[in-house]
Amino acid sequence: MIEELLRFFASPGYREMTLTLLGEHVYLSLTPLVLGALLALPLGRLAQRHHRLRGPILGAASVVYTIPSLALFVLIPGVLGTPLLSPINVIIALALYTAALLMRPVLDALESVPGHVTAAATAMGYRPWRRFVAVELPLAIPVLISAVRMASVSNISLVSVGALIGIGGLGGLFTDGFERRYMVEILVGIVLTLLLALVVDLVLVGLRKLLTPWSRASKVVSEP
Amino acid sequence: MIADLLAWLTNPEHWRGAGGVPAQTLLHLYYCVVSVGTAMLIAVPLGLYIGHTGRGATAVVAVSNAMRALPTLGLVTMLVLIFGLGDTPALAGLVILAIPAILAGTCAGVDSVPSDIVDAARGMGMTSIQRLWRVELPNALPLLIGGVRSAMLQVVATATVAAYVNLGGLGRILLDGLAVGHYEQMAAAALFIALLAVAVDLVLAGISRLVVPRGLALAAEANRDGS
Repeated sequence: MIEELLRFFASPGYREMTLTLLGEHVYLSLTPLVLGALLALPLGRLAQRHHRLRGPILGAASVVYTIPSLALFVLIPGVLGTPLLSPINVIIALALYTAALLMRPVLDALESVPGHVTAAATAMGYRPWRRFVAVELPLAIPVLISAVRMASVSNISLVSVGALIGIGGLGGLFTDGFERRYMVEILVGIVLTLLLALVVDLVLVGLRKLLTPWSRASKVVSEP
Repeated sequence: MIADLLAWLTNPEHWRGAGGVPAQTLLHLYYCVVSVGTAMLIAVPLGLYIGHTGRGATAVVAVSNAMRALPTLGLVTMLVLIFGLGDTPALAGLVILAIPAILAGTCAGVDSVPSDIVDAARGMGMTSIQRLWRVELPNALPLLIGGVRSAMLQVVATATVAAYVNLGGLGRILLDGLAVGHYEQMAAAALFIALLAVAVDLVLAGISRLVVPRGLALAAEANRDGS
């Protein structure tokens, strides 16, 4: 097995292809992560402020999340008129999944900000929009990041389904390996996908520590 | 585009025989029910045991989190290369993918039962098995069924993808449409796949309402009103 792996990576063609596909995979999974988060925040804010919109927004999110990825990849070109074999479809589909997955946690996180905190900010003269960015959003970061971690794992694993319509990052190794009956290629694809998910997860954990310095400070203070 | 789709949908050819929409929908549903059912037979007893004894709970969480990152297409193609073409390797892949969600849901369900309730059951003289069967399992049902629902979504989606390794079902219609470049056929199949997924999820939500003990539903409602 190890010999075969070495042979795989010794071949310049496979090495180059793997690197290209890995780059594509990173791009196809992380762009929608950012777009989805940017979509979920205002929608979550809307659902928080207007109780009548809450039901429809959460309902739409759960329906989107229910639709299987391959079906969504195929339906998006029909709705938006994008070319069938364009990476845009995969990116939009995964951004929708990310937003759908983040909807509920964003809402919960915004609601968990204590009323006296927002009242204090208002009393200090913060306008609603600035209060949202400067007070409510930072306090929601821990919950938000843990939801983004879930979405990143799910995106990274879903990208490879796109290989069936020609745009799938490391999923290309699965279709290519299947057609050539070359198991090592598939195995390399699986392991790299898992490693990528792990690395992105670690980066997100680091990001949370960086963005919430007060959580460390309060731990130090609360120690006896 | 819409006209092409309507033409495809209204063509009686596409509604007849083994390759037609009704037959492939039933086949798709059959794969899903068989693999989620098999996964439940493995994961529910194991989850109850782990949740009841508390042994190995950390390992379950770690493994089920790692499994969520596993690319389904990679798993399915690899199983078929190892065991050869046929329904069984592809279905085995679906079972493997369904297990973590059900296992995690069962464990979390048993784990979520308040310890004072379990203590009260013990105080009433219930044996370990009675506590598991009459207290922990009913209380665990909401989260357990939640696990089954997410496993079912995963399996409906992956059964579509598994058409690539020659499994039947609605994914077959979609990929055949791709092979001959008929977008309207792909879109029609995608539409039915999405509808099937939503319908299956609704049915499971309905089952959840039916089997979750009335007291639990009332308690959840009371908590929601109280907060």
